[in-house]
Amino acid sequence: MANTLVIAELHEGKVRKSTLSSITFARQVGGTFSILVLGAGAKAAASEVVVFGAAKVLVADDASLKDYVCERFAPTIAAVAKGGFDTVVVTASSYGKDLAPRVAAKLNAGYAPDISSVHVDGNKRVYRRPMFAGNAYGTCEVQTPVHVVSARQTEFTAAEPSGGASPIESVAVAAPDAASARVEFISLEQGKSERPDLGEARVVVSGGRALKEQFAQVLDPLANLLGAAVGASRAACDAGFAPAELQVGQTGRVVAPALYLAIGISGAIQHLAGMKGSKTIVAINKDGDAPIFQVADYGLVADLFTAVPELVGELKRTVA
Amino acid sequence: MKILVPLKRVADPDNANKIKVIAGKVDTTGLEFKPNPFDEYAVETALRLTENATNTKARLGEVIVVALGPKELDTTLRGALATGADRAIRVDTTDDALDGDLVARVLKAVVEKEAPDLVLIGKQQVEGDSNQVGQLLAEYLGWPQATFAGSIKSEADKALLVSREVDGGTLNLKVTLPAVVSVDLRIVSPQGAKSMHTAATHAYPEGVRFAALMAIMAAKKKPLVEMKLAELVGDASLKVTYGTAELPPPRKAGIKVKSVAELVEKLKTEAKVL
Ligand SMILES: Cc1cc2nc3c(=O)[nH]c(=O)nc-3n(C[C@H](O)[C@H](O)[C@H](O)COP(=O)(O)OP(=O)(O)OC[C@H]3O[C@@H](n4cnc5c(N)ncnc54)[C@H](O)[C@@H]3O)c2cc1C
Repeated sequence: MANTLVIAELHEGKVRKSTLSSITFARQVGGTFSILVLGAGAKAAASEVVVFGAAKVLVADDASLKDYVCERFAPTIAAVAKGGFDTVVVTASSYGKDLAPRVAAKLNAGYAPDISSVHVDGNKRVYRRPMFAGNAYGTCEVQTPVHVVSARQTEFTAAEPSGGASPIESVAVAAPDAASARVEFISLEQGKSERPDLGEARVVVSGGRALKEQFAQVLDPLANLLGAAVGASRAACDAGFAPAELQVGQTGRVVAPALYLAIGISGAIQHLAGMKGSKTIVAINKDGDAPIFQVADYGLVADLFTAVPELVGELKRTVA
Repeated sequence: MKILVPLKRVADPDNANKIKVIAGKVDTTGLEFKPNPFDEYAVETALRLTENATNTKARLGEVIVVALGPKELDTTLRGALATGADRAIRVDTTDDALDGDLVARVLKAVVEKEAPDLVLIGKQQVEGDSNQVGQLLAEYLGWPQATFAGSIKSEADKALLVSREVDGGTLNLKVTLPAVVSVDLRIVSPQGAKSMHTAATHAYPEGVRFAALMAIMAAKKKPLVEMKLAELVGDASLKVTYGTAELPPPRKAGIKVKSVAELVEKLKTEAKVL
């Protein structure tokens, strides 16, 4: 029977909602699972995840884990995993992607990265994952006794509480890697925004290169009205019209909101890879042949600089 | 500074939607092989870190490119040599004999032979998108890692200031060499990476440099050595194996609306998302 260790991700002293996707993975695999909450403030945050049916909520809270440095976090995860877990899962955020391979190497475990589903058949477990920018799905099997997995947030719906109260238990913080002496955390710069996180928003308004310096001026009123997160194409980020962390795509954030609006975005393969899973896709582009229209449920061929303000007006009139 | 840059080739990523799946296997016939874009960025970064931007002909360090794969990869390696890398290594093997873990273990052996100050690696190869080799290699070497680097500044070639592109922002780290750094897209922006020799005010052209015809000729004479995988690692077993592949389910065709009013109407009554 499987025994899975779910790695929670902390953000400003709270468990990130993305963690709930890893809990869903653990439930699908079956058997038992525990959740490891690590970082400064983990003790306080642990109570947030006691209602998901975990055998235990394990806490590693220490001043040395105040800021995220892989070489400080990975040893504790590996040490806890060695206490009887056969699977370690983390959600495939930038945190999970940085951390999971290092943990796998420590455990001499095979790593199944960024998986979209898991199929369990007795003792056999097959992981499915998007490849070639989502133009194919591959299946893989891990050949080592211990598996390390990162789960795609958009493919594993956030776990709902199942009641009960898992016991909280402190675990020892392992000695950091020797290499940690050669890493100095300097700062974490974060765009301050009242908007929902890209990975969690119900609506995403994304803009491309076409928006130029008016990126925020044009998109903000629409995003505010819809309570949406704002995304961007690589071209818009590279040009400095939008900050890099807004990039949606194969090599940026992967999103699957109920509604995705692609505005002045051509629909390059790399962009589509990050938003094709959205429920409803709207494209506004002045080029009727733009590839984005091939995935759009509703396409509007128009100049965005007139269409977007008009859309804001229409929404205010009819919806609000 | 001596920098090792691993290289991989991929089927033309701008035509990835043309791949087929035949008998459960991905078939990329008809797609041209290209260097993995992130690896090209890593080469560009390595070149920037080993030169003074005002005189790029004078090399102020060494860049070694290394690829794992069959003989055809020599073309990819020569391409990197033509843009300025100093020498190349190809570890002879085939793609299906590898997984990310074995690649990392082979690279570890190469690093131990070459003793570079820095391994610069693309954050992911855009076929498998696994995003793992840099991190695995760092652990196997016991070196610090700085992944998803959007900018790098050298501090006297003893340490690097790295801005990592993370969800929701930027995480700044200082790593003392030797280290493994994986690069993200913005690393090839005008201010992305700079050596200790290049003026802080210098702005590079956006993107990667191209090889001049003369350099392509000259690259044919640069050293390219072949190594055997078995000489580098004793255990070539795989930790992850791949089975059948399939195409994604097609998306239902959409419609074009004629006006903003019609769009809002459809979103309200048909898609019911407003
Ligand atoms: C290694 C690699 C990784 C990449 N990863 C990503 C990624 O993760 N995400 C990503 O997005 N891209 C990624 N890209 C880049 C991708 O290939 C495209 O270059 C990029 O997505 C294009 O952005 P864009 O659509 O904004 O710009 P363009 O392709 O220039 O499109 C602009 C669009 O705006 C339209 N337009 C112009 N003016 C107006 C107007 N007034 N009104 C309405 N429409 C207008 C045009 O018709 C056009 O369709 C990657 C590329 C590489 C090489």
